[in-house]
Amino acid sequence: MLSNDDLKWMYRMMLLMRESEEKAIMLSKKGELPTLLSGSGEEAIPVGICASLHPDDYFQPHHRGMSDGLAKGLDPKLLFAECYGKPAGICKGKGGNMHIADFQHGNIGIYAILGAGLPISTGVALAQKMQKTNRVIVAMIGDGGSSEGTFHESLNMAAIWKLPIVYVVQNNQYAMTTSVSDAISVKDISDRAKSYGIPGATIDGTDVLAVYETVYEAVERARRGDGPSLVECKTMRWYGHHSGAGDDEQMGWRYRPEGEAEKARENDPITKLEKYLLDKQILTEKEAEDIKQSVKKEIEDAVTFAKSCPDPKPEDALKGLFTE
Amino acid sequence: MREIMFVQAINEALREELKRDEKVFIMGEDIHTGVFGQTRGLFEEFGGERVRNTPLAELSFTGVGIGAAMGGMRPIVEYMFSDLVLLALDQLANQAGKLRYIFGEQINFPVTFRTMNIGGGAAGQHSDSAVSYLMHSMGLKIIMPSTPYDAKGLLKSAIRDDNPVVYFDEAKLMMRKGEVPEEDYTIPIGKGDIKREGKDVTVVAVGFAELLAESAAEKLAKENISVEIVDPRTIVPLDEEIILNSVKKTGRLVVCIDEQPVSSFTSEVAAIVADKGFEFLKAPIKRVARENVPVPHSAIMENYVVLNEDKVIKAIRDVL
Repeated sequence: MLSNDDLKWMYRMMLLMRESEEKAIMLSKKGELPTLLSGSGEEAIPVGICASLHPDDYFQPHHRGMSDGLAKGLDPKLLFAECYGKPAGICKGKGGNMHIADFQHGNIGIYAILGAGLPISTGVALAQKMQKTNRVIVAMIGDGGSSEGTFHESLNMAAIWKLPIVYVVQNNQYAMTTSVSDAISVKDISDRAKSYGIPGATIDGTDVLAVYETVYEAVERARRGDGPSLVECKTMRWYGHHSGAGDDEQMGWRYRPEGEAEKARENDPITKLEKYLLDKQILTEKEAEDIKQSVKKEIEDAVTFAKSCPDPKPEDALKGLFTE
Repeated sequence: MREIMFVQAINEALREELKRDEKVFIMGEDIHTGVFGQTRGLFEEFGGERVRNTPLAELSFTGVGIGAAMGGMRPIVEYMFSDLVLLALDQLANQAGKLRYIFGEQINFPVTFRTMNIGGGAAGQHSDSAVSYLMHSMGLKIIMPSTPYDAKGLLKSAIRDDNPVVYFDEAKLMMRKGEVPEEDYTIPIGKGDIKREGKDVTVVAVGFAELLAESAAEKLAKENISVEIVDPRTIVPLDEEIILNSVKKTGRLVVCIDEQPVSSFTSEVAAIVADKGFEFLKAPIKRVARENVPVPHSAIMENYVVLNEDKVIKAIRDVL
């Protein structure tokens, strides 16, 4: 059961992620950061997931999830220092926005080969089962990545071995420029759960409470030793594939109908939660405004910190491949 | 000292490591026995949790091994034969080898990958070596032993190493016998071994090629040709020093491995010696490897394509 503090945490965390994503896009457009993928509008999914996890549980974010790690405890300063390629960054400036990992908080990283994180997460789950740690992992994948062979192979292995893992598909309708209708044979990706004899559910990925409730149930099922589940969260991408590309077209190729992105913005998961919290009098207008201001400042401070950190030496590139 | 076969040395190393450290486990297809019995008896002794049979899913069970290492275990991942390694290339090259670096050294990957180069009428998809495919990628240590003693000691080192290590066996060596002590020992990864001292020519040979080099050297000794055999044992990291020191002494170099020749172990050793030991050389470097075609089924054609003793002897004569 979520307390009022939990709900406020969700609200603040979604705002913090939104602010990070929007700030990063702005910095990318200014040329301060390289191009990046924006997860704006999709915050309800990682936040709903992380709310359902224990601090020592594991989490593998979505490819479009630079800021997803914040929900699992990552300090925004270390996130932005990484985006700026600084040694103070969470991955020492070697991984960047496509590889944010934070092992101290159980975030096992973003994988830029789509689908590659699924078997790795499955292995983390196997290690938990073998060591009887009672820890669970939630592994995310996009609609595009769900067509990779690793999706099938991983879900099959997790099912036969009853591993403590929940697979969450963040279905934002497009894999770069390819629509789900061109790439996926079923209406709901969660239908594929039947192939592995595991539970599957499709929910509204813009409703953070629905995400929390469904994922929480799947996580606790996994923790009990009853095996994996597949949860599909339907959502919508707000921007184009990466910053710099058009919202509806890439290199002149128009792949989604005009107005779709605008419509998605009208269905903002943050606005929806805010309305719920105000209606239920869990939050006042004043509190909401204070939270927004504190989030802005936190990200502003993170960017200032990142810029102030020393640059790497070129030859730092040669370090870190092997451990002694 | 007692003598055992190569396959027994591997079996012993696996058994002893499973016994020594409960974090060690082994997984792969038909792991109850292994194709050559290398894992025979382990399932009965350690059970299905730690000797884990997998579905046919090379790409993802490789990832499971990587993730299990991330999650606190020390997995050993077996591929039935080398050609199957190509199915797992993303997880090996993009993930296992790179992730420590990409994630800024937050985590280590103590995982061992094992496979075997087979062949013997098995044709183009059961006869390859995947050594050079992986040698080209980064962040993977690669081992290819030639004797039962080296096999056991190096396999133990691989399992105890905190980096991803790929360990290659060859079917043609499985029955090779050699002295192996009863007590626990390891061999450092990255250290070569002089298998035979000589003064006329250096033959750098790994795995099965070392066995061929020994029989070739024996025959050539009768003609007063003195062959020095250097077995690097580890392909990554390569013991350059032992190779350069030997070439300095003999002035001649033949490099052998039983796999395809292009962009390979032999190319790399030749390039290193040309770069760092050119002044030692009295003759051009010779590389001995397979012909650059898939291995054919016919025994007559297969013997022609793969490494054999005649090719090694001819190369040695060529540089003298």
